[in-house]
Amino acid sequence: MEGQLAHIGAGLAAIGSGAAAIGVGNVAGNYLAGALRNPSAAASQTATLFIGIAFAEALGIFSFLVALLLMFAV
Amino acid sequence: MASSTTEATSHAADAAASAPGMPQLDFSNWGNQIVWLLITLIVIYFVLSRIALPRIAAVLAERQGTITNDIAAAEELKAKAIEAEEAYNKALADARAEAQRIVAEAKAEIQADLDAATAKADAEISAKAAESEKAIAEIRAGALESVKEVANATAVEVVAALGGAADEADVTAAVDARMKG
Amino acid sequence: MASEAHGAEEGGLVFHPMDQFIVKPLFGGDHIGLFTITNVTLWMAIAVLGIIAMMIMGTRSRAIVPSRSQSIAELAYGFIYKMVEDVAGKDAIKFFPYIMTLFMFIVFANFLGLIPMSFTTTSHFAVTVVLALLVFLTVTIVGFVKNGVGFLGLFWVSSAPLALRPILAIIELISYFVRPVSHSIRLAGNVMAGHAVIKVFAGFAAIAVVSPVSVIAITAMYGLEVLVAFIQAYVFTILTCVYLKDALHPSH
Repeated sequence: MEGQLAHIGAGLAAIGSGAAAIGVGNVAGNYLAGALRNPSAAASQTATLFIGIAFAEALGIFSFLVALLLMFAV
Repeated sequence: MASSTTEATSHAADAAASAPGMPQLDFSNWGNQIVWLLITLIVIYFVLSRIALPRIAAVLAERQGTITNDIAAAEELKAKAIEAEEAYNKALADARAEAQRIVAEAKAEIQADLDAATAKADAEISAKAAESEKAIAEIRAGALESVKEVANATAVEVVAALGGAADEADVTAAVDARMKG
Repeated sequence: MASEAHGAEEGGLVFHPMDQFIVKPLFGGDHIGLFTITNVTLWMAIAVLGIIAMMIMGTRSRAIVPSRSQSIAELAYGFIYKMVEDVAGKDAIKFFPYIMTLFMFIVFANFLGLIPMSFTTTSHFAVTVVLALLVFLTVTIVGFVKNGVGFLGLFWVSSAPLALRPILAIIELISYFVRPVSHSIRLAGNVMAGHAVIKVFAGFAAIAVVSPVSVIAITAMYGLEVLVAFIQAYVFTILTCVYLKDALHPSH
């Protein structure tokens, strides 16, 4: 019974991955919108884009990790 | 996964190697991985910092230097070409000036020769003219004398023909008077 | 899950997505001591050999006009050099060999892990946590050596209203100590997630009807993983540069 609850928890935690996907999409979309408005400044901001994506994605990875822990370690 | 016991039996081999289902969380082999990772990192660090990176930096610097040198050499060659062109233009101008000078000199020489010849010819012509004039004057003088003689003789004959005796002296005086008149 | 219950013996739908990450000794025996030669050792050694082949064999001729292999090495050099210079500043150039080491190791480990049947060293928290802790310790030590107590100015946001500053200082402090956690888990998590997903799709390939979809999905995931392998190495490196910039120039 407890193991099954852990699996439900893992599924709930996996929702966080989807939330992180929204965040990454937000970062990339806003970058694209800004880049189309001012293409000359776009090239200098790709590093910032990747850092932003990395930060947004890190939180999704956290929830993925929680899911994995619930699946395999609990 | 109906129960953890069936999982344990079916994964008996794995379970022996890693007690929790996730190999990453099997802390018994962390020490081994960390040791090998540190050895790997140290090897990579020394390989890169001692051999690879200085070599690539040297190659890049050398390439930069070569490019700079080539550009400098090209600039130098360009300057040389411009210099050569200037020298050529100068030589051309010099040659042209020289030629003009020679032409002018030759012209002046010819002019001098021509002037000298003209002067000489003029002198000769004037000398000849003077001579001729003299001769003409002589001839004219001679002619006058002859006319007088002829007039005298004619006058004597004319007088004789008219039946008179002509005094030679009178006739001559008369002819002279006439000729002067 | 029901199929698993009776499928273990019949070879039905069985998922072992995490089995690929098991560390096992290469020369027999079950015990893993500190210096036991395991598949971790093997694949790290292959990464070292790959780096030597690329960075030393490739540049052997030291040609002014580079050959193909030499251009790759020069490209990697220029890429990281420019990143360190642009992100962390000119005075961070002396950390360039260190950052280059991290980048080369991660990128080689990630790509070697994409070879089928290989072992991905960067999918293990033991590896990435050490990498991240090395960066964290370097940044902290360099920060205090360079700036002394002034390094604590990193946590004291002087542009904020005075009343808010203590709260912000606590938040900044927490975020500073979370850095190595997110730094390491991001890398291992991304790599592990991709590989596990590929394995899950591979498990579905046992059902004949779904197997074409499964193969296409594996192909697509593999393409994504190639991208992720590079981007995660890039992100790890650029975050190292960002942290290093904080250490060298702590004022906001």
